[in-house]
Amino acid sequence: MVQLLEDKDRIFTNLYGLQDWRLEAAKKRGAWLGTKEMIEQGHDWVVNQTKASGLRGRGGAGFPTGLKWSFMPKEVGKRPHYLVVNADESEPGTCKDREMMRHDPHLLIEGCLVASFAMRAHAAYIYLRGEYILERHRLQAAIDEAYAAGLVGKNACGSGWDFDVYVHHGAGAYICGEETALLESLEGKKGQPRLKPPFPANAGLYGCPTTVNNVESIAVVPTILRRGAEWFTSFGRDNNKGTKVFSISGHVNKPCNVEEALSIPMKTLIDEYAGGVRGGWDNLKCVIPGGSSVPLLPKEICDTVLMDFDALREHQSGLGTAAVIVMDKSTDVVKAIARLAYFYKHESCGQCTPCREGTGWMWRVMERMVRGEAETSEIDMLLNVTKQVEGHTICALGDAAAWPIQGLIRHFRHEIEDRIDNYRAGKPVFVPQNFVEAAE
Amino acid sequence: MSMRRLAISQPENFKLSASAKKKIATWVKKYPKDRQRSALIPALWIAQKDAGGWIPEAALRELGDMLGMAYIRVYEVVTFYTMFNMEPVGEHHIQLCGTTPCWLRGSDDLIAVLERRVGPRGSVSDDGKLSWVEVECLGACANAPMAQISNDTGDSYYEDLTAENFEAMLDNLVSGKSVYSGPQNTRHTSEPEGGNLTLKGEGPYVEDKLVYLPNTEKKIKMSVHGGAPKAKRKPAVKKSVAKVKPAAKASKPKVIYTDGPTDGKPDDLKKIKGIGPKFEGDLNGKGIYYFRQIGAWKAADVKMVEALIDSIPGRIKRDEWVKQAKTLSKKTSGAKA
Repeated sequence: MVQLLEDKDRIFTNLYGLQDWRLEAAKKRGAWLGTKEMIEQGHDWVVNQTKASGLRGRGGAGFPTGLKWSFMPKEVGKRPHYLVVNADESEPGTCKDREMMRHDPHLLIEGCLVASFAMRAHAAYIYLRGEYILERHRLQAAIDEAYAAGLVGKNACGSGWDFDVYVHHGAGAYICGEETALLESLEGKKGQPRLKPPFPANAGLYGCPTTVNNVESIAVVPTILRRGAEWFTSFGRDNNKGTKVFSISGHVNKPCNVEEALSIPMKTLIDEYAGGVRGGWDNLKCVIPGGSSVPLLPKEICDTVLMDFDALREHQSGLGTAAVIVMDKSTDVVKAIARLAYFYKHESCGQCTPCREGTGWMWRVMERMVRGEAETSEIDMLLNVTKQVEGHTICALGDAAAWPIQGLIRHFRHEIEDRIDNYRAGKPVFVPQNFVEAAE
Repeated sequence: MSMRRLAISQPENFKLSASAKKKIATWVKKYPKDRQRSALIPALWIAQKDAGGWIPEAALRELGDMLGMAYIRVYEVVTFYTMFNMEPVGEHHIQLCGTTPCWLRGSDDLIAVLERRVGPRGSVSDDGKLSWVEVECLGACANAPMAQISNDTGDSYYEDLTAENFEAMLDNLVSGKSVYSGPQNTRHTSEPEGGNLTLKGEGPYVEDKLVYLPNTEKKIKMSVHGGAPKAKRKPAVKKSVAKVKPAAKASKPKVIYTDGPTDGKPDDLKKIKGIGPKFEGDLNGKGIYYFRQIGAWKAADVKMVEALIDSIPGRIKRDEWVKQAKTLSKKTSGAKA
């Protein structure tokens, strides 16, 4: 039996918005406690504590947050430093940052102050996706409260550090979640990723040293500092420390968001919090464990796999944003992945040829596979093309488009072959096995 | 990539309103000097709202002049981002999510409803009331399937949809009746259906009182700027918090809340400028049915109501709901007498 996380160890204590989001209520939940004292410990203390907590970026790549901050120049030259918070949450399956911004906005604002101080930035921009309109107004209202209370602005929290925080928004482009595309968009341009190097820590927003972090990575920092790095490292396996908000969607009885410790077994996560797979665990077909960009895992692996960065990578998938998309046996998995292929085709920015042309090509072939109108040899051709797109583009969208298809072929090649055979034999191409009546 | 072009028929003379220009000016101030171009995307969004849900070419030129940008740069941006509508849309513009997490939970059924009632993707209904597009993941996957509907009262998420409740919602929108935003079943937000399994009770959930900043050389007491909240100062954290909530409830003036339209036929709150079907639905959902209830609001009530219905802070004051409600309340009670 796995020990579940207790409420006293949760960071986002208003994740469901059951309490008030405003300043006074947030203070009672512990926000803005000791912020001044944290800043008085100096830039390096904040960075070192964050490193010691083992916090890895919560936006998908899992890069150690403290280490990322330490790449910023130690001295501020002519160019000011910036913190940019990536709240362009658009990875299919992911809906965690939204809850943090509308229900616990003060944790994020406090995190912006502490993180900006750590990297010697006096200004932070929070880039929300354009569709999050309520969340944007809510966050702005919380920022206004923080200004009025002297928590941000000149001499923030009485610490002597001047700090301004601004809300910015996009207008519906998945690619703007890529850090350099986000910076381009923030500068008022098309969201097309930049070549790296130079990395944003050297030349980011307006050519100035910049760090881009996910909402969750920033919002957890004040609580980690308040409660101690060793508290945070008491959760999860080595190299996969801390708590994380999981979004569970798809064919479960009760989809939800929940904060749990990393390294929780996937089966426990789904059974304990999301009411189990509909029709029971044995009705599970596969799970996409970390948002649409990571390869799916069939049931045999899901039975035992742990939800953390390293365990999922061992199975050639990834934790990504910890968005668990569950599919039961009634699912047309080929179509599910074809729909994702369409998503990447739609969201490619069009800058690099392998991605612009490749995503469309892969989608069209996937659609034929759904109908069974393909040659068996084309499965290998498709796999080959995904390999040609992967790693040959400026940003990771090309990889993200290739991986779901690779995962499908790796684990469900037989289903595609059956379809092709059925189509030729004039039989129905897809018959859902073990269709569940219990699913209403 | 998506291909988007300017609409073929454009309004003859479109100009941004003064209030839109003012809003854009406040955005420009957020960025360093000479970086006013950064405000382009928010400015386009404001322009789209100003022009009734889509962006005419004249607005692009005006913004280009305003932000000191070549027109082609504005065009390049407006065609890149899919939230900018290049063609006129219906009174209620529906963006239905069709990406895999929503598809798994039945977005195809919703698409069928829209195709039957409105037409193929991208079309506007004949009466101009509804228009719809299929969009990619809107980031509410734990409440799938879902749609975002934009109209003159705002842009809200409608979650946990089924073909039935979606159809009923469309009926209400078309006939100008009230609709609730958020989850359309019993859920509050993204907690599991049937009640939250975690974060029960009132919190805060910290077991030991946090007093000293950990991992420092000397013992350093943590403080809250501007004074620690009372709940933290006294030792019994749980007790003092438990006190807070009932107090907040008790302070809700009776005149504001009713358990339902207890006093005869509810007033048509939409008569108040600034309240549309969405806000009316939200207000009804919070037990507010009559002009006299709104007319009795004090500043603190306004603040609370704004939070309850997720309105932009300051909107109620700006649109003078209370004043309008008082006048309307007098009229209706006069008519009854």
